[in-house]
Amino acid sequence: MKRLFPILVVLTGILLSYGLYQALVVAPTEQTMGNVQRIFYYHVPSAWTAFILFFVNFGASVAYLIKRRPTADIIALVTAEVGVVFCTVVLITGPIWARPVWGIWWTWDMRLTSTLVLWLIYMSYLFLRRFSSSGETPVLAAALAVLGALCVPFVYFSIWFFRTQHPQPVVGGGGSIDPRMLHALLINWLAFSCFAFLVCWSRYRLEKLQRDVDHAHATASLLETR
Amino acid sequence: MRANPYLFAAYAATWIIHITYLATIARRYSRLAREVRELQK
Amino acid sequence: MSAPPSIARVTLLKDLRLEWRSKDAINSMLFFSLLVVVVFSFSFDPTAEESRQIAGGLIWVAFLFAAVVALNQTWAREMRNQVLDAYRVSPAPANSLFTAKVLGNFIFVMVLEALMTPLFIAFYRLRSLGPAWQLALVALLGTWSLVVNGTFFAAMSLRTRSREIMLPLLLFPISIPAILAMVQATTAILDSDPARFWIVLLATYDLVFTTVCLLLFETVLNAE
Repeated sequence: MKRLFPILVVLTGILLSYGLYQALVVAPTEQTMGNVQRIFYYHVPSAWTAFILFFVNFGASVAYLIKRRPTADIIALVTAEVGVVFCTVVLITGPIWARPVWGIWWTWDMRLTSTLVLWLIYMSYLFLRRFSSSGETPVLAAALAVLGALCVPFVYFSIWFFRTQHPQPVVGGGGSIDPRMLHALLINWLAFSCFAFLVCWSRYRLEKLQRDVDHAHATASLLETR
Repeated sequence: MRANPYLFAAYAATWIIHITYLATIARRYSRLAREVRELQK
Repeated sequence: MSAPPSIARVTLLKDLRLEWRSKDAINSMLFFSLLVVVVFSFSFDPTAEESRQIAGGLIWVAFLFAAVVALNQTWAREMRNQVLDAYRVSPAPANSLFTAKVLGNFIFVMVLEALMTPLFIAFYRLRSLGPAWQLALVALLGTWSLVVNGTFFAAMSLRTRSREIMLPLLLFPISIPAILAMVQATTAILDSDPARFWIVLLATYDLVFTTVCLLLFETVLNAE
C-alpha cells in the first residue's frame, strides 16, 4: 500500500504535465476570447472534481449513518475538505476569466453561482465539524451532509430557471466544442481526479494518525486517574 | 506558452491553492509524527 | 402511551401557553419587527415603482432575521430544564417533539410576519398587481421552509460552541434555493408575472426537507 503512493504521485505528475501541455499548446485558440479561454481547462475539471468529491461525501455520510464505522466518517471529512479546496479554485479562476472577457469580476452564471452555493454548504459542514462537541460530531455532520446533498438538485434547478429569466454572461461558453478542446478538457479532468485522490489519501492518513494519537492520549489519561 | 497575464494568474492561483493545502497537511503530519515519537519514549 | 399526534399537540399547546403567559418574547419580537422595518426603510428609500422590484427581497430578508431570532431561543427553555434528556428516555417518538417545535415556531414566525407586513406596505407604498392570495401562499410555504430547517439546525447546534452563530451559519446556505424561490415568487406576484414555477419549487423543497428532517431528527437528538 505504502509503495503504491509514490508510483501514483509520479503517474499523476505525468498526467498533470500532459494536461498542461494539451491545454496550453495543443488545444486550438478560441476565436472570440483568445488565449484567456484556456483557463477553461482548469476551471471546468476543478468543478467536476469537486462534484465527485461531494458525491463521495454524501455516500460516506449515508454509510456512516447506517453502519457507524469510523472509516466512513473520516472519508466524509476528507472529501468535504478537498472538495472545498477544488471549489475555491473554481471560484477564483472564474472571476479571473470573467474579468478580461466581460469586464466584470463576477457574473451570476450557472456554474459560478451553483459552485458558490455548494462552497457555502460544505463550508458550513466544515464549521459544524469544528464547532460541535466531539462525541456527536460524526452523526451531526453526516446528517448535515445528507441535507446538503439533497439541496444540490434544488440549487441547480432554481439557478437554472433564474438564469433563463435573467440571462447573464456565461463563463465557459455554450454550444458544441472542438474535439481537440474536448480532448484537452478530459485529460485535465482525469489528471485532476487522480490528483484529488492523492490529496484525499494524504489527508486520510493525517486524520487517521490524529485520531490514533488522540485515542492514545485519552487512554493514557484514563489510566493515570485510576 | 502564451503571455496573457490573466491566463497565467488563473493557472498560478490554482497551484498556489493546492500547494498551500498540501503544505498544511504536511506540516500537521510532521508535528504529529514528532508527538508520536515523544509518546513512544 | 399516547398516540404521536396527541403528544405533538400537547407539546405545542404547552409551548404556546408558555409564550402567551410570559409575553416577554412576544413583546420583544413586536418591537424587533418594527425596528427591522424602520431600519430597512432608512436604508432603502425607493420610489413606489422601484420598491415593487426590490420589496420581495427586502421583506424576506427581514423575515429571515426575525425567524433566526425566534429559532435561536426555540430549544432554550428545554435546555434550561433538562427536558431534552427526559424526552430521550421517554418512549414518546422524537418526531412528535420535532413536529410540535416546528409548528410552534411556524405560528410564532407567521405572527411576526403578519405584524411586519402592514408596516412594509405603508412604508414602501406597496400595491400588489397580482393576486394577494398567492402572496399568502408564498408566505406560508416560505416560512415553513425556514422554520423546518431552522428547528432542525437549532437542535443540532445545541451542544456546539458559539451556538447562536451556528444556527444561521448552517441554515442560510441550505436555504438559498428556497430563499431565491420566495423572493422571486413575491417579486413576480407583485408585478403580476407568473410565479408558478417558484411556488411549485418551494412546495417541493418543503416536502423533501420536512420528510428528511423528520427521518433524521431522532438520530440527531440521540447523537453522542
